[in-house]
Amino acid sequence: MSTAGASASETSYQPVFTGETMAALETLFERYPTKQACMLPALWMVQEARGWISERAMAEVAEVIGVTPAYVKGVVTFYTMYHTHPVGRNVIQVCTTTPCSLCGAEAVLRTILQETGCEELGRTSTDGRFTVQEVECLGACGFATPILVNDDFIESVTPERVAGLLEGYK
Amino acid sequence: MGYPYPPDEKETVVLSQYFGDEGARSYQGWVKRGGYQALEAALAMEPGAVTDVVKASGLRGRGGAGFPTGLKWSFMPKDSGKDHYLVCNADESEPGTFKDREIMRWTPHGLIEGCAIAAYAIGAECCYVYIRGEFTEPLAIMAKAVAEAYANGVLGEKLLGTGPRLEMIIHRGAGAYICGEETGLMNSLEGRRGNPRIKPPFPAQAGVFGLPTTVNNVETLAAVPHIINRGADWYQGICLGNEKSTGTKLYSVCGHVQKPGNYELAMGTPLEELIFDMAGGMPPGRTLKAVIPGGSSVPIMDAEDVKGCLLDYEGVVERGSMLGSGGVIVMDDSTDMVYQIYRLTRFYAHESCAQCTQCREGTAWTVKILERILGGHGKESDLDLLLDLADNMTGTTICVLSDSCAAPVVSGIAKFRSEFDAYLSGARPPALAAH
Repeated sequence: MSTAGASASETSYQPVFTGETMAALETLFERYPTKQACMLPALWMVQEARGWISERAMAEVAEVIGVTPAYVKGVVTFYTMYHTHPVGRNVIQVCTTTPCSLCGAEAVLRTILQETGCEELGRTSTDGRFTVQEVECLGACGFATPILVNDDFIESVTPERVAGLLEGYK
Repeated sequence: MGYPYPPDEKETVVLSQYFGDEGARSYQGWVKRGGYQALEAALAMEPGAVTDVVKASGLRGRGGAGFPTGLKWSFMPKDSGKDHYLVCNADESEPGTFKDREIMRWTPHGLIEGCAIAAYAIGAECCYVYIRGEFTEPLAIMAKAVAEAYANGVLGEKLLGTGPRLEMIIHRGAGAYICGEETGLMNSLEGRRGNPRIKPPFPAQAGVFGLPTTVNNVETLAAVPHIINRGADWYQGICLGNEKSTGTKLYSVCGHVQKPGNYELAMGTPLEELIFDMAGGMPPGRTLKAVIPGGSSVPIMDAEDVKGCLLDYEGVVERGSMLGSGGVIVMDDSTDMVYQIYRLTRFYAHESCAQCTQCREGTAWTVKILERILGGHGKESDLDLLLDLADNMTGTTICVLSDSCAAPVVSGIAKFRSEFDAYLSGARPPALAAH
């Protein structure tokens, strides 16, 4: 990453792994035979603290785990739940895979895009409140359509329920 | 039970007995319901004898492959001097399947007990429970239950205070279907991209961290305490069809049925009873068009295939499909088969780890062709092209994701060709904006 391309927030980067967070990671290190096995947990810690995983944060994870920043980026981009861009205060994941599609998931997704003002998948609403993602199978096919709002797993969402559900997320 | 509905009289309730019973979630509640007695009984046996009981029960892997569980355990080396690992595969992500989620939500200690017995049998002092990242509720419930099990002396330095050491660690995935494939899971657990590995070596020789490993599905492990408690003969006796398929199986029923949910059935129960009686059949006025009986990766059955089909490993194969993970996706006569097959292939294209060319290119190309057909710009030769592609995507890659994408295309064209033809001839208006 070139310094010239770094955003203001990245040039003033504050490390995630200090104090209690570093202590928590060190406790985890003892539970696995290799440091690298703590890669996914460490990335979760970064996302928990910062909301997303910047390239600078990937470099920090690389340093504490003992691999290259490029390797960490390869891992981060493999998994759909890690955000490589800033996201809204609330991230909504909507399942539209076959079983949910059979039960009208596309209509749920359209309604969520409209109600949040996001309009497009992956885009954050102008008020910074929501980012909406279409995801593959959330594993609750009998309770179509499931959505994941941050860490809240909500079942049986219909277009009619959307507006009421979103009110709880500011 | 047919959670979230009361149990149907045709169900054989074993694993799902406490689904919906919040009292069963805590350590105390589990012990009150007879929990951890099986672990105590297992610890009084030699590890090899535990494996023999599971072998004799006929239990087969419930994650999809149906490999005999006891046999898998017996592949673990004896006296190798190396650390052994047990990995519980809780990455449930096969479209149509949502049974492991309920096991973890309602009976977390039952799963911990099953893991502890399996770890004892294979000589593992460490068990990782790999739970998909999206399962926030099961993750929280399992983490709490594991902490309780440590606090009550079940896990830790000595299993139940008398046995060997067992550490149990909940590991959160981060969104990747392929991490449900056992070698992809192991790479993910090691902090890598979840690319599947070439076998051999098999996990029992060189698994996670290069050490002997057994990977078992949640439902498989949850069945183990019942087998220890009630005996191999009892489990083997739960069999209405082929004697190679024994015990109960949880079926997740979804799609166009009136009572979607999980139903626990004796092996060999007719598929029609599950769909029409227990799950309530189609919405009023609708008829059955197609069923994908074992999670999205298995061939599609039409209404004719469903007639007289027995739900066990052999019975479903006889009807041209597979039992897989037991995720039953039901489609009625309102279904646009071409669109739904396209939707399935989009899943596989998204989830391909991109390691093998046939899969990376094949899944994406399949999607493009189906988009063209649905957009009203299909060519006469497209169906042959799809079948040729499917042929190149089957049996040619490290794992079976590519095969799984090809299966619905091949069976879909074979059974519902007229629906493809309707798009190709223009008899049916385009379902997608033209690409």
